[in-house]
Amino acid sequence: MGEIKNIFNRYPEAGRDNLIPILQDIQTAEGHLSKESIVKVGSFLNMPSSKIFGVATFYNQFRFQPVGKYHVQVCRGTACHVLGSATVLQEIEKQLKVKAGDTTRDGLFSIEVVACIGACGLAPVISINGEFYAKVTSTSLAEIIETYKTTEEE
Amino acid sequence: MDFTINVNNKEFNAAQGETILEVLNRNGIKVPTLCHLKNSMPTGACRMCVVEDVNTGKLITSCSFPANPGMQIKTHSQRVVESRKTIIELLLSNHPDDCLYCVRNKNCELQDLSEEHHVRERRIRGRKNSEKLDLSSASIVRDPEKCVLCGRCVTVCEDVMGVACIDILNRGNKSVVGTSFNQGLNTSSCINCGQCIMVCPTGALTEKNHFAEIQDALNNPAKKVVIQYAPSISVSMAEELGMESGKDINGILNAALRKVGFDNVFDSSFSADLTIMEESAELVQRITEGGVLPMITSCCPGWVKYAEEFYSELIPNLSSCKSPQQMLGAIIKSYFAEKENLQPEEIYSVAIMPCTAKKFEAQREEMTQAGISDVDAVLTTRELTKFLKLYGIDMFNISPELTDSPMGFRSTAGKLFGASGGVMEAAIRTAHFSITGKELVNFQIPQIRGLEHRKEAKLKIGDLELGVVVVNGMANARELLDEIKNGRKDIHFVEVMACPGGCIGGGGQHIGTSEEELKARMKALYRIDENETLKVSHKNPEIIELYNNYLGKPLGHKSHSLLHTKYKKREVMI
Repeated sequence: MGEIKNIFNRYPEAGRDNLIPILQDIQTAEGHLSKESIVKVGSFLNMPSSKIFGVATFYNQFRFQPVGKYHVQVCRGTACHVLGSATVLQEIEKQLKVKAGDTTRDGLFSIEVVACIGACGLAPVISINGEFYAKVTSTSLAEIIETYKTTEEE
Repeated sequence: MDFTINVNNKEFNAAQGETILEVLNRNGIKVPTLCHLKNSMPTGACRMCVVEDVNTGKLITSCSFPANPGMQIKTHSQRVVESRKTIIELLLSNHPDDCLYCVRNKNCELQDLSEEHHVRERRIRGRKNSEKLDLSSASIVRDPEKCVLCGRCVTVCEDVMGVACIDILNRGNKSVVGTSFNQGLNTSSCINCGQCIMVCPTGALTEKNHFAEIQDALNNPAKKVVIQYAPSISVSMAEELGMESGKDINGILNAALRKVGFDNVFDSSFSADLTIMEESAELVQRITEGGVLPMITSCCPGWVKYAEEFYSELIPNLSSCKSPQQMLGAIIKSYFAEKENLQPEEIYSVAIMPCTAKKFEAQREEMTQAGISDVDAVLTTRELTKFLKLYGIDMFNISPELTDSPMGFRSTAGKLFGASGGVMEAAIRTAHFSITGKELVNFQIPQIRGLEHRKEAKLKIGDLELGVVVVNGMANARELLDEIKNGRKDIHFVEVMACPGGCIGGGGQHIGTSEEELKARMKALYRIDENETLKVSHKNPEIIELYNNYLGKPLGHKSHSLLHTKYKKREVMI
């Protein structure tokens, strides 16, 4: 939490227009926006937390749960969409039993939807902690996730 | 008037800065609106109010577009009417089709608009909203499925009430109205005032209903079911019943409640008198013994919760008196129970209030004696009308009756509680008597009457100059509270009512109450005060009897345990 104070110190004459940069800084430092940090931003900027939450949920970039140990990014760009990334996302959500934006209870996996990761030739593509998986299918997805789970168990 | 604009081939005067809608309304042209709220910044969110600008060929929102010289407007061209109809059809495309079961059936703006625009078939089929009911609050139920995202609740909550516990969350077709982290309303800073319900065009926001419990109690022969009604109820029910605004239906109400089957009918104006006895004694004590000043009234449960959340440093300023509802509740389950030879748990105590926050107040832990709530259920004015209909009471063919005694007789001071400034006026009348030993020459205090948001006065009581301020609408109160926090010292006594106009404008009143109706209610209360002779609480014979037989004296031991309480800082997501 000391980190949040340092962030606030960077905005000596902060007003409502500094809200988004402050939220971005907090997310960079802590990985997500927690209730505590949103309340702190509220008292710093003299804004109700509901308004901050309203702004933050408007943008895709903010998340409200810590990312999992393995952060799954699902590309929903045009090329991936044409090749079925909607189904891919559905399948991942089904297999991990959490929705996009959420983190599994054991803290292992989190899902994020991204607009395009610039690997259209590999569509549909996902990336887990920066590692790309090309032309994924339901079966290959199950295998990929299983690999991470087994690594974890060992 | 600066210039004219042409509307439907007629010239209308318009002033600089006026919106097109204002010009239209002034000239009797009705344009449908949904998100529009008088006295608030227009949002242009719903686009119901579109009109055609002939010069540019564009459809513009009349609520937010300023009138300009030379403008040519068509308000009901084919294009305009069709686009309005499409908007309604789109709003209906994901709306639950359960009007028959909806609490706002026949009192719904979406229903009215759809009827006015001859929507006769479902042309557009969308996926139905599927959101969970939020039942977490003691006062307010949120049904996001019925929400049309007009945003009026959000505006009222922030601009009028200064609470801002809800906002529009997410984006595009995922948008919902919700609290921070979209949690239950009970974890938010919501003060339960119900002003959001008053502006909601659909059934997305309603009060929490307790009909079943009350009916169970009425059908239970082992329970004595008693009812009390707030000072403002008798003058604010008229609109609900289809009578002339401001009509006082006190006697009819007594008779109707007995017909429903309530064993005793009491008047909270009686306990308002009791509140005045305690509160004015507390004020005099604080002034003479150097207590924390200014003393701030604590009758309004919305304000009390607001203080607990936003101004906990001012909690010592809050009067320790319970509200009239809770005082009468406590007296019913102690004094009345003893008189009737009943155990407190054998009594079921109902209160009719103009307020949704009273539902929250009734279930507060502070408002219990030995684990038994002082008040068991609260009905709003709206709910009362429905309840009377349920029991087939014809309010137009009924002879007036008196309230039960004791605890039914009131002074007009108690009745004034219903309007902003009333608590103050009533307290001053009694405080004047206890300080100087003489009655006021002129009982009416015009400086603190009326619908203004803030009323200040310096009053002479003997040698003392008393600084008093009356505020209504929490956002207005906030300004005053900040002044007090920043060291303003010339005030002794403050009355805060959360809702605009006080209880007559409460969140449990008739939906769609206009400013004229509010004025009519206020006038009705002042008329009662003018016409009746018993104008001070301390001369109410039933109050005197209650102190002689049971309570002893104001601020005495018994009063203290039954009629006073303490509040503390409340931790919520602000």
